[in-house]
Amino acid sequence: MLKRYQELPIGGVVVGGATPQLVKTGSWRSGQKPVYDQQRCIHCLLCWVHCPEATILIERGQMRGFDYEHCKGCGLCAEHCPTGAIQMLKETGGS
Amino acid sequence: MALKMLEREERTLLTGAEAAAHAMRQLRPAVVPVYPITPQTPIIETFAQFVADGLVDTEIINVESEHSAMSAAVGASCAGARVLTATSSQGLALMLEICYIASAMRCPIGMAVGSRALSGPINIHCDHSDSMMARDAGWIQIFCENAQEAYDLSVVGQRLAEDGRVLLPVMTIQDGFTITHSAEPVALLPDDAVAEFVGEYQALYPLLDTDHPTTQGPFALPDYYFEIKRQQVDAMANVGGVWSELQEEFAKLSGRYYRGVFEAYKLDDADYVYVILGATAGTAKVAIDRLRRQRKRVGLLKLWLFRPFPAREIAQALQGRKAVAILDRALSLGSWGPLYSEISAALNAISARPVLYNYIYGLGGRDIRPEQLMSIVNDLECEANADVQRFIGLRE
Repeated sequence: MLKRYQELPIGGVVVGGATPQLVKTGSWRSGQKPVYDQQRCIHCLLCWVHCPEATILIERGQMRGFDYEHCKGCGLCAEHCPTGAIQMLKETGGS
Repeated sequence: MALKMLEREERTLLTGAEAAAHAMRQLRPAVVPVYPITPQTPIIETFAQFVADGLVDTEIINVESEHSAMSAAVGASCAGARVLTATSSQGLALMLEICYIASAMRCPIGMAVGSRALSGPINIHCDHSDSMMARDAGWIQIFCENAQEAYDLSVVGQRLAEDGRVLLPVMTIQDGFTITHSAEPVALLPDDAVAEFVGEYQALYPLLDTDHPTTQGPFALPDYYFEIKRQQVDAMANVGGVWSELQEEFAKLSGRYYRGVFEAYKLDDADYVYVILGATAGTAKVAIDRLRRQRKRVGLLKLWLFRPFPAREIAQALQGRKAVAILDRALSLGSWGPLYSEISAALNAISARPVLYNYIYGLGGRDIRPEQLMSIVNDLECEANADVQRFIGLRE
């Protein structure tokens, strides 16, 4: 239910943390998606640092993949990956 | 009591720029991001000297442009700081993109404006084209007649901006050179009196409060943008009431009472009224005094608040007058002067509507003299054609 103007915090402020999780930005992705090669990943987590949508899945300090529901396909993770473990691949329909 | 205080009070010879800088010092801003520009520069020069002398603990950010100055101001204000800055003309034009964002994000930034003509042609002298360009940016706009008003209304304006019912940025506008660079005796309040009057700024959602995380300045699509703009409408509607409340309190403190949202000078029995913003109101008072000696019933309505525009109060004040001369120190090319358009719209609420005349004057610092203002009354008395814009002091 969308709120009336009187019910919203002023100035467009969104109160509370981790709110990007509420928006499925993965639907914005067009063309390319990141994939990674487990053999080449050194778990430096630079991809996690640079991802603007917190889509890098981490378990016990280890890189475990991507949350494609939120990944916009911006390619920053691939750009910053020091070992070339992350590649942007052409997407052909679906996610 | 207040009057006695006033008599004993010491006055200091200050330019409008220095008066504004003293107000900034006493408001104790945490952050001042600023870029110099004529005729604002002496405001920030004077303030920077206060900081260098250790009289106020402020982080001045020397930015690379006014666009950056306003961007840094928004960031610091969201972080929770009281933020002040200053600009003029092209500087305000360069800031303007971020000025809209400052008001939408409800950052109560205080900005001293030394009003100056916009290029082109390039010019450094006073008119109101810069302030009028920014009239739709969601800022409170206060016009000052002299250095004393520039000081007083900077102090009151900052508290007004930070009031929880308002939370909007404020421009305190003084005419470039005419006020910024002219020295007048100014009564300053004691530092602690101003500190007590304005209090500390407590941001509603300070970004640096990491225990309470927020997202600020998010994308607002067609489902939310309209509601967020509507909130700004409410905030503007609250300004007039809060202004009156604060002016009463300020009058007790200073002995100077800014009653109502405009000054009414010899207005009570006036058949003919001049409406003016800024320093020319002083010239108009001289003109009106002379006209009164000729038994002409002329008065002045000098607006302090231009945004929000006090339409209801103005309509009441102008109801039943014979004619009103509205003096604009800016053009809205292809239409009437900005002040004229506002007043014309405001008068739709009343039946006994006076005839309105629009005069454009003082563009690019063109001088205006009492005799020129006095001659306007001839047009009003002889019911000259009101359907044309007139230009004072123009070679034509």
